[in-house]
Amino acid sequence: QENADPQKTAFLLRKQWTLYSVTPLYRFSSANLKEYARLLGAFIAAEKQKGLAVEVGVDLDIKVTFSSLPDLRGSDQDQAAMLVQLSSRSSVPQKNSEEKLMWSGWFCCVSGDDLSENVPEDFTCLPLFLANGAESYVAIVGSWFQKTFDCRFCRLAISPLNLTWMAAMWTGCKVEKNASATELVFSVPCLPQPLDISYAIHPEDAKALWDTVQKTPGEITQEEVDLFMDCLYSHFHRHFKIHLSATKLVKVSTAIASAHCDGIIKFLQSKYLIGVLMLLTELAISQIQ
Amino acid sequence: MQRRQSSKNSKQPLQVPHSSQTDLSAWRKGGRTDPEKSLQNHQSRNSQVNESKQDSLEQAVSYFEKVQNRVSLKKSEVLQKHLATVESIALQKGLPPEVFDVLLNVALDGKLADAVNTRLLKSLIPASVIPETSVVSSVSWLCVSKCSGSIQLLFIRWLIAMFDFIDHKEQLHALYGFFFSFLQDEKMCPYVCHLLYLLTRKESVKPFRIRRLLDLQAKMGMQPHLQALLSLYKLFCPELVSITLPGKMKTYFKNSEGPWKAAINTIRQRNRENSPVSQLLFLGTAQHQSRKRKWNTQLIIPASSANVNILAEGKEKNHVDLYSTSESFPVEQLQTFSQLLQNIHHLEFPSQMGSVLTNPLLLHYMNCIKDESIYLRLYYWMGQTLQEECTWCVVDSYQYEEEFKDFLETVYKAECFLQEGFSSCEEFLYKSLPLWDGFCCRSQVLRLMTWIPLRGFSEMKSHLYDPLAQLFFTSSLYFKCSVLESLKELLQNWLNWLVIQLDSESDSQGYSLNTTLSGLVNMVAELVHFVGWISTIALRLESNATFLLYFILDFYETVCDIYLRYNLPMLIMPPPGVFYPALLSMDSVSLNQLCYIMYRYRTNLVAAKKNELIKKKILPFKFSSQTYQEYNQYLIAMVGCLWTSSAFQKDIHPQGIRLDDEVLKKTGVQEFKTGFNIVYHPAMMGYALLFLQQAWPDDNTFNFSLIKGRKWNWYLEYLYAQGLKGLKLFIESSINRVSQASQRKEGNVQV
Repeated sequence: QENADPQKTAFLLRKQWTLYSVTPLYRFSSANLKEYARLLGAFIAAEKQKGLAVEVGVDLDIKVTFSSLPDLRGSDQDQAAMLVQLSSRSSVPQKNSEEKLMWSGWFCCVSGDDLSENVPEDFTCLPLFLANGAESYVAIVGSWFQKTFDCRFCRLAISPLNLTWMAAMWTGCKVEKNASATELVFSVPCLPQPLDISYAIHPEDAKALWDTVQKTPGEITQEEVDLFMDCLYSHFHRHFKIHLSATKLVKVSTAIASAHCDGIIKFLQSKYLIGVLMLLTELAISQIQ
Repeated sequence: MQRRQSSKNSKQPLQVPHSSQTDLSAWRKGGRTDPEKSLQNHQSRNSQVNESKQDSLEQAVSYFEKVQNRVSLKKSEVLQKHLATVESIALQKGLPPEVFDVLLNVALDGKLADAVNTRLLKSLIPASVIPETSVVSSVSWLCVSKCSGSIQLLFIRWLIAMFDFIDHKEQLHALYGFFFSFLQDEKMCPYVCHLLYLLTRKESVKPFRIRRLLDLQAKMGMQPHLQALLSLYKLFCPELVSITLPGKMKTYFKNSEGPWKAAINTIRQRNRENSPVSQLLFLGTAQHQSRKRKWNTQLIIPASSANVNILAEGKEKNHVDLYSTSESFPVEQLQTFSQLLQNIHHLEFPSQMGSVLTNPLLLHYMNCIKDESIYLRLYYWMGQTLQEECTWCVVDSYQYEEEFKDFLETVYKAECFLQEGFSSCEEFLYKSLPLWDGFCCRSQVLRLMTWIPLRGFSEMKSHLYDPLAQLFFTSSLYFKCSVLESLKELLQNWLNWLVIQLDSESDSQGYSLNTTLSGLVNMVAELVHFVGWISTIALRLESNATFLLYFILDFYETVCDIYLRYNLPMLIMPPPGVFYPALLSMDSVSLNQLCYIMYRYRTNLVAAKKNELIKKKILPFKFSSQTYQEYNQYLIAMVGCLWTSSAFQKDIHPQGIRLDDEVLKKTGVQEFKTGFNIVYHPAMMGYALLFLQQAWPDDNTFNFSLIKGRKWNWYLEYLYAQGLKGLKLFIESSINRVSQASQRKEGNVQV
């Protein structure tokens, strides 16, 4: 598994991405990205000024660009990732004037063979969609994709179980010294006021614990993940007399990435970008199928 | 010109209906509207004019044809008379096709005063159709602008109102650009937009026209008529223009029908069968979104709209263009079945497959096209929608139960239409049944269950039978009955499917099912056994409720007839836990139903045996002797009970009601032997009582033992007359009465 060129994917890091699953796109062609950008641009303009028609192809307030991110894939079977960006043109009619990025979203598929092997040629599998920016734009862009390629977007939540997997997997990754702490956030249920418990561990301590738990390198089992979490819980209980196993894990943040159960993710290390995307692709596919 | 037309007229005499005379007298009495009044006045003043009304229209038309100079309406009584004739006939019968040419010419050539032209245009109501040629020639008058603006406007409105009655529209389409140029006129613009809306085809949409319309939009702002035309353009050419209609809008065009409304309705009613459906506006307005819900989390079945994704094909020129943009017929315009038939070769599915659910024509089309991608698109969309919207699986969605119910209902209707289940729906049921409370969307879920396809037992057991049984045993009587009803429909759907599969298999030898016939029949049999099992337990739980028994026996009415009705080698008897409660039921309905079922079992078994004997060749299947044995045991018990009064002695079923005489004597019941025959059976005693009252009105002792001998036969006739048809069929088929004299003898009851 190759890692993406850090230069080309740097802009994806340290941003909050909201996750969606997308069913296969019908009759999508990566050869037509420019046309799609024109159509989507006109669609956005028409949506924003309901009732007024917009000619396709003219310069509009919001510029749409579609671009391919060929590095972001697990294997050759995967469709190249696709980035959609909306930027506002300044009202001053000046060439080369600064364009301000307002919203971006990207589709990707990293090792999504489970899905792509089972669909006919007419379909393109890009099951994971990540968006950054106002939700109203997700709504417009998503509607356009749904109408144009007969697909369906659904929010992709991450279950507490999957969060524990992320906690374990990311703890085990090598990072440079003085990396930020591994933090787990738990929410206490059935309280009149919401109460969150944050549990921060020094990354090296966490890794040391994980190394004692994991038997075969490169392979992780559910038992190992459970054991790892149980160790953390019992340590916490010894000090605070609180059973974290009775609460709900809502957020995991490590030096690799941070993930929230509502389906929000932040990538922090380009080195591990593909690996995280692979896990997320798997979650998206299981939601679709 | 003059000659040709007059010769045409002479060749085709105007067909004014003979009844116009009587009609005339009819409206003369009423005499309310203007044309009538004028005619009345005119007649009173010109009493000498007394011509046949049949010819009056012909005369009027030839007058208008010859009229040369401007004639004053006030001064010319002849003009008044002819105008009134046209008006009155138009209103009553409508005008025949031949006269439109002349009358349109007169109305538009500007020779007569506007008042006359207006009255003429308003009375141009067809009896059947309007010939296209006359419309086209009248349009040419607009070019020379001989007539006033208001007449032009009225003509355009007339064209819109009468659009459906024009016999052809090919030449009219050729005039598209001409009509388009009238958009400049501010007064005409709304009506011209409407006319263009009716005329627009894909090939009419051109970039320069879009630009022109956008200019108008820039000048006039948001105008509903422009919005409508532009959205139609977008529909045909989404690659050229984009527009989102605001949600609230309902009407896009001013009403053009005004002056002709009543008349049009009469014509439509008159030729209801052959008149085209009036052009409906097929604009998709933006859905009003409920503010509270997030994007994409509400249930909307997309409106069917043409595929936006057309440029993919257009771009690749080498690619064989199957979906040629100019060829394809937009789904929005698909409104009648005949349109479907005419365009089936170049019809394109809508951009969002989900929309087929609410469109029966597209469901028809889907039925014809066996394309995997169609089902896959629908599968993904429906699967996600069901998963996202399921009110008992998704937190906080209880408030949207009604929406979800409607959706499930729509899905179910589509399944019924297609006569097959959707796989996404099947998966949804498997996933959500274990979480279901049996209450939310009950009837919808149970109905969807009936379209689960035939699957192997292990799969059905874990996915359907187990979760369903849990709910079944813990829910109300009503729920139990609903489940049984659904399982009966499921069984029937499986049987129908199986029959069709077997037919198609025998048609083409190459095709064979993965599973053998016996395997498939076994899968169906598992369902019957499952129902037998839950029925037995349910009858105990509900203390043999008659209502429940009715649904159980209803299920077996299908089961008992499978061999004959579906030609499938399957015959399964009800378990004793069902048979005996029905036999000893307190209710004559259940007993009668049981009798009917036993009669059908007999008919099926006899037919099977006969077939075995006739066809000497080895049949792939044969009912096991155990089936016959089981039937015979039940039959003996039944005959012993109802007929020979020996229920407790003759019953040989291991779970039957055989009892030793010793035990029976200990009960202290006197006449235990006859206790369940057709006279004393608790379900029948009411009939026996009424029979006694009728046969011996004076006897108040209710001596049931009087019903014997000849009276027994009378009693039977009485029972049959009371509607116990099942009992009749059973007794007549299964009890061989040796002779009418020696009744109450057991005959050959065994098969």
